[in-house]
Amino acid sequence: MTDQTIDLKAAKPRNQWWDVWDQFRTHKGALVGMVIFAIIVLGTLLGPFFWDVDPKYINIRSRELGPSLAHPLGTDQLGRDMLARVLAGGRITIAVGLTAMLLSLVLGTLVGVLAGYFRRLDGLLMRLTDLFLALPLLPLLLLMVMLFREPLVISFGPEGGIFVLIVFAIGVTSWMHAARIVRGDVLALKEREFVLASRSIGTPARRMILRHILPNVMSPIMVSATLGVANAVITESALSFLGLGFPPDFPTWGRLLNDGLPYINLAPERVVWPAIALSALVLSINYIGDGLRDALDPRIRGR
Amino acid sequence: MKMKSALMGAACAFAMAPLAAQAERGADGHVNVIYWQAPSILNPFLSGGTKDVESASLILEPLARYNEKGELTPFLAQDIPTLENGGVAEDLTSITWKLKEGLLWSDGSPVTSADAVFTWQYCTHPEGGCAQLSKYQGVSTVEAIDDLTIKVNFGAPQPNPYGPLVGGQSPILQKAQFENCLGTKASECTEQNFNPIGTGAYKVVEFKTNDVISLEANPNYRDPAKPAFATMTFKGGGDAEAAGRAVLETGEFDYAWNLQLAPSVIAGMEAAGKGKTIVGFGTLVERIEMNLTDPSPSLPEGERSTAAHPHPFLSDLRVRKALSMAIDREILTEVGYGQAGRPTCNLVPAPAAFASPNTDCLVQDIEGAKALLEEAGWTVGGDGIREKDGMKLKILYQTSTNAVRQDFQALIKQWWSEIGVETELKNVAGSVFFGSDPGSPDTFPKFYADVEMYANNFDGTDPQSYLSAYTCDKAPSPANQWQGENINRFCDPAYDELVAELGRTGEITKRQEIAIRLNEMLTKDSYVIVPLVDRGRVSAHSNTLGGVVLNTWDSELWNAADWYRIK
Amino acid sequence: MLTFTIRRLLLAIPTLLFISLVIFMLLELAPGDPLADMPMTIPPDVKEKIRLSLGLGQPMHVRYGLWLYNLFVTEPLYWWDAAFNTTYAEGMQRIISFQTRGPVFDTIAERIPQTLLVVGMGYLVGTLISLPIGIISAYRQYSWFDQFGTFISMVGFSVPTFVTGVFLIIVFSVLMPTDSIFWLPSIYDTTHQVTDWASFVKQFKQMAMPVFVLALYQAAQVSRYMRASMLDNLSQDYVRTARAKGLSERVVLLKHVLRNSLIPVVTVIALGVPSVFTGAIITENVFKVNGLGQQLLLSIQGNDAPMVLTISFIFAILIVLFNLIADVLYGILDPRIRYD
Repeated sequence: MTDQTIDLKAAKPRNQWWDVWDQFRTHKGALVGMVIFAIIVLGTLLGPFFWDVDPKYINIRSRELGPSLAHPLGTDQLGRDMLARVLAGGRITIAVGLTAMLLSLVLGTLVGVLAGYFRRLDGLLMRLTDLFLALPLLPLLLLMVMLFREPLVISFGPEGGIFVLIVFAIGVTSWMHAARIVRGDVLALKEREFVLASRSIGTPARRMILRHILPNVMSPIMVSATLGVANAVITESALSFLGLGFPPDFPTWGRLLNDGLPYINLAPERVVWPAIALSALVLSINYIGDGLRDALDPRIRGR
Repeated sequence: MKMKSALMGAACAFAMAPLAAQAERGADGHVNVIYWQAPSILNPFLSGGTKDVESASLILEPLARYNEKGELTPFLAQDIPTLENGGVAEDLTSITWKLKEGLLWSDGSPVTSADAVFTWQYCTHPEGGCAQLSKYQGVSTVEAIDDLTIKVNFGAPQPNPYGPLVGGQSPILQKAQFENCLGTKASECTEQNFNPIGTGAYKVVEFKTNDVISLEANPNYRDPAKPAFATMTFKGGGDAEAAGRAVLETGEFDYAWNLQLAPSVIAGMEAAGKGKTIVGFGTLVERIEMNLTDPSPSLPEGERSTAAHPHPFLSDLRVRKALSMAIDREILTEVGYGQAGRPTCNLVPAPAAFASPNTDCLVQDIEGAKALLEEAGWTVGGDGIREKDGMKLKILYQTSTNAVRQDFQALIKQWWSEIGVETELKNVAGSVFFGSDPGSPDTFPKFYADVEMYANNFDGTDPQSYLSAYTCDKAPSPANQWQGENINRFCDPAYDELVAELGRTGEITKRQEIAIRLNEMLTKDSYVIVPLVDRGRVSAHSNTLGGVVLNTWDSELWNAADWYRIK
Repeated sequence: MLTFTIRRLLLAIPTLLFISLVIFMLLELAPGDPLADMPMTIPPDVKEKIRLSLGLGQPMHVRYGLWLYNLFVTEPLYWWDAAFNTTYAEGMQRIISFQTRGPVFDTIAERIPQTLLVVGMGYLVGTLISLPIGIISAYRQYSWFDQFGTFISMVGFSVPTFVTGVFLIIVFSVLMPTDSIFWLPSIYDTTHQVTDWASFVKQFKQMAMPVFVLALYQAAQVSRYMRASMLDNLSQDYVRTARAKGLSERVVLLKHVLRNSLIPVVTVIALGVPSVFTGAIITENVFKVNGLGQQLLLSIQGNDAPMVLTISFIFAILIVLFNLIADVLYGILDPRIRYD
């Protein structure tokens, strides 16, 4: 999300971004969110160097153990170390969650702004949105996997290919909400005085959208971003459950949740840890989004 | 465990004796059954799904069923026709059944041989799409000799004449009800298909498709004292965990079917003390099938996984054998099935007389497997993966999505990596994998992978049709839209010849010998099929439900008429 | 506005036909076989015969045409017959499901009441509690109420419903003693009829968990949009003007700010209403509610094309309809928005 807005406004003078950063820094929640987010990302990136247990290594003799020094989060039903699995799973989960969310947000915002701003496009784009909303998700995903799995696996390797496929599949099936919400806001914004004023001085459409429309629909976009990450992670787990996702021995948080569920009575920690990790990730992104929105709003920044 | 169950059985029998004397139909109130797959239709001829066949078995009955030991037991028939009692013709071309006297349908009309003849016509109608058609294979006519006598004629000598009208899959329909439902009209008869009139212990009150069946005791059931329950709710849907929980932990239900759960999960549920699990073994074997043809994506569509290109390394017996030797079946069973599984080396694990005594594969032998691969010319390369002539020993291993199967995949991948074989795992949704959509690359008959894992079994107690699936002409290929059962593309003229001989042989001991030989040709001689686990069935019932006998040879609900409430 | 509505309704017909064609093609092309869940003991040639008896031997366009004909001619005739005791539809084949061999619309009709009751209730409760939460959270931004609300809604949204559902079952059905008044059934009894107080209590108990799970998920989502939109508007100039005029906080908040903040919320709610009808697939499955969502899942897994196509088509009608309603509501909330 941040990258995108920065690109859009790259032409502006640099010092304004310092203002934004200053405002962002004063937002306590956003800072806490940043720190948590950094901990999660660094933990999953660097964690495996400090905890160098192979997440796929099966030690059948030590299965279904509770937490101990050797296995701080216990082991699963095949004796694989849960800590190593949560760490390894985090990397791919975060990558899928963030990229799929970005893709769906970019698509959704694009469609929403175009439909809301240009009346001629509205009918067509909104009918397209209706179509995508109405399509049954599961057969659509099955079809996409069937058509694209092998070519992608051949060109990007088994894991890379499936990563591209999953991000693409989640992205193209989840942009519709953002599009509808953004469009609704744009429809109202378009008739506001400042937009009319700006239009009367002959501002071209492209600049109108980037300058005046987009910054004012930031807050629903931010909310969609937060909810989008959670949604992408859960969809990913549903995909792997259906056998459409990563190879079955590949841990992701969604799959860990799924796998641990039958054992919820015997070993609740197997569900609790991935759930905490997932909630913490979403919560931190939410707070960052909050802070960013405040920081980007010049009215608040001035105060 | 054995001792305990024996004692329990004795206790039950003791408790039942006084009850039976004063038993009265409907005296025990209500019973709740849960199947985690919901029945969608109550006509087993139009579905074939286990859930549909078993729920229908409460209502519809065949002439005879297999009991928990796999022996034929008369239900609507007076006794089992055999060669000895003259019921089966000397030349094996006909079998004559006699109905019990005084049988009534639940609507009060009498059961006659005309109903049996009609059932045959119903299922063999060319446009009906009957799922149990193979039960009538070889049947030339079914005649009604008199009101109670049914004669089934076969076109050729039939060594196993107990196919038609026997077992849960092939019950008798009421002619009066289904008369207008022949052929293409079969699916228009929704009322009949959802509320069949039967002879079983229960009759349908309301059927909500894919959800729940409300049943009540059949007022015309042949034993006036049965069933003990006045009403039954048969709930379907959800997952095995929820079903197990509802019986073993919360006690909301009395009987749960087929709890495919990890052994530790079941043990944890059972510890709650509200119910107990029961286990039975049949012929279901979880196995790895080896692809003898080349599934490489570089081959053009239409030649991939066909006999035109033999597999680059799995066509070598030593590689197949090494892969089998590296597997520890004891651990697989312990992790995946617990008490509901037994390690096996056989494709036909039961009935005992048909099972080979082969136990060669039961001990894991990593070193032996390595040596065998060395001998075959596969040497360990720089990355720890064996290679030969620039080709690496890499395997794509696919199966359907199922928690236990994914655990098996992970374990086997690790053992294979120990002998220098790299494995890529793939799981496919069951609705795609077990389908036979010729357009999909992921179905099990298409087999676009090196090895694949699933389970299969056979109906009844005779493995003839099961073993004859591996003849050369049954290999799936583009020519037959990939509709073949010989998914390994195994082809051995000696095997084909022996299958033909089995079809001609009527003498039972000779049949057993041939079946054992065929089984060994596929397993320990060639390692084309690598059996892993003989899978039993685990079901659960509440502590207060008595009379349950788990039967894996027929419907699990085969003796629901005998169930009662332990007070 | 009226002409706009009429024009859109007319335009909806070709749109929906196109959508149905796309869904049909999608189901055709997607891998899968309606016979996949049949036992492997059924030989392939028998399976082929069953496939033919399901009408799968006919070419694609014939099957699609037949479905359209059945949907627009046979089914309405059948309903007409049922309502007025006529016999126009006699001998005509209705849309038949592959799985149940029963008419698709009978199954749908059987499931709509439970769906509306449970899923609709969850949706309603969730939306109703989310609005005040969103408003208060925005008005008292960063208060403990806001922080707590944020935390709960984020956890509610990020933990999948299959986990929260099972968690509730463990607490209220398994760990709770069966004789406690707080014990709740883990399996929804779809045959239960409400006739008196005791059966009402039973119904209430069996609905409690699924409704709570759905409401939590819904409230988490809507309250976030409500809060964000309120925050946007609270800092606008007109709010300052209104306050300067001496209007009470209540009026400022509920009349001016709320009305202007409702556009994204209306969108989210309108997007959600159709999903009530296709149900909450996962929640229904966890609690065994026989809703349409559960049926849709079963049908997709069973590759039951007529059922999936029909349910998806009804869903598409609702989507188009509620998007139209949302557009009309935009115009009412903000009269400056014009469509013609």
